[in-house]
Amino acid sequence: MATEEHAAEGLQIHPMDQFVVKPLFGDGPIEFYTFTNVTLWMGIAVLAVLALMVLSTSRRAIVPSRSQSVAEVFYGFIHKMVDDVAGHEGLKFFPYVMTLFMFVFLSNMLGLIPMSFSTTSHIAVTAVLAAMVFLTVTLVGLYRKGFGFLGMFWVSSAPMILRPVLALIEVISYFVRPLSHSIRLGGNLMAGHAVIKVFAGFAGVMGVASVVPIAAITAIYGLELLVAAVQAYVFTILTCVYLRDAVGDAHH
Amino acid sequence: MEAEVAQFALMGKYIGAGLATMGLGGAGIGVGHIAGNFLSGALRNPSAAPGQMANLFVGIAFAEALGIFSFLIALLLMFAV
Repeated sequence: MATEEHAAEGLQIHPMDQFVVKPLFGDGPIEFYTFTNVTLWMGIAVLAVLALMVLSTSRRAIVPSRSQSVAEVFYGFIHKMVDDVAGHEGLKFFPYVMTLFMFVFLSNMLGLIPMSFSTTSHIAVTAVLAAMVFLTVTLVGLYRKGFGFLGMFWVSSAPMILRPVLALIEVISYFVRPLSHSIRLGGNLMAGHAVIKVFAGFAGVMGVASVVPIAAITAIYGLELLVAAVQAYVFTILTCVYLRDAVGDAHH
Repeated sequence: MEAEVAQFALMGKYIGAGLATMGLGGAGIGVGHIAGNFLSGALRNPSAAPGQMANLFVGIAFAEALGIFSFLIALLLMFAV
């Protein structure tokens, strides 16, 4: 995105420039093995998850240290969510859901550090996460329920005459899931960061009155902290909702 | 002549991207409707409210998805077409 050259005159606001993927060393073409800023910040997110979940719980005190209790809060929160939403059978997928939540949450949060790069604002990144969820749900559902998995498209509580129409709608909505799942996360993050950049552009040209946009940036930043947490929560809870179709009782 | 056609196409692209963002208004109405109804329900029966938080967020997420699609169309027009 935003690869075209900018005109020299006019208002210098380029809110999409922060999402450009660039190689960190040299400036050759970007191959799949190139070490880019995306690679760097994804690596930092993974290291942050490791530091929080592995290092802080390595000593496992009965009276937890501060970092251990943070890790325990996250663990208990996601465990309860999977148990409530995906059902008891869904707990087999708890490690996967937990990994997803921690990675998305910490990527969102790290993206809010000024001058950093928010990897989850790229639909390429979120699309892979959502595609993995979609594949998992479809394969696990077909494996566990066999042909019966297709029964979720045939709404047996509806009148017979409506069922073919509903089946068509259900099939379409099933295949739109990974699209909306990924774009919700990527779009929210990208829109939020772009809004902050637009206000920063106003602050650059307004002189003394730039106090107003700077105050607005502060407020939006607070909102973005909320959005980062809520979008990670929504991504995870939707994963649980989809998993319930695959593992749970159909009449939940 | 060809430059004019290109300019015209660019104009159409930007107008289309602007029009596509109007779909986000629908998402705003939907999300507001869900949150407002949740709040009115929660005020009538506050003890049942915490158990419905997950449903609230799932509902908001589904309503928001349709608005996000129009945002996607705008992005596609701006950067991909």
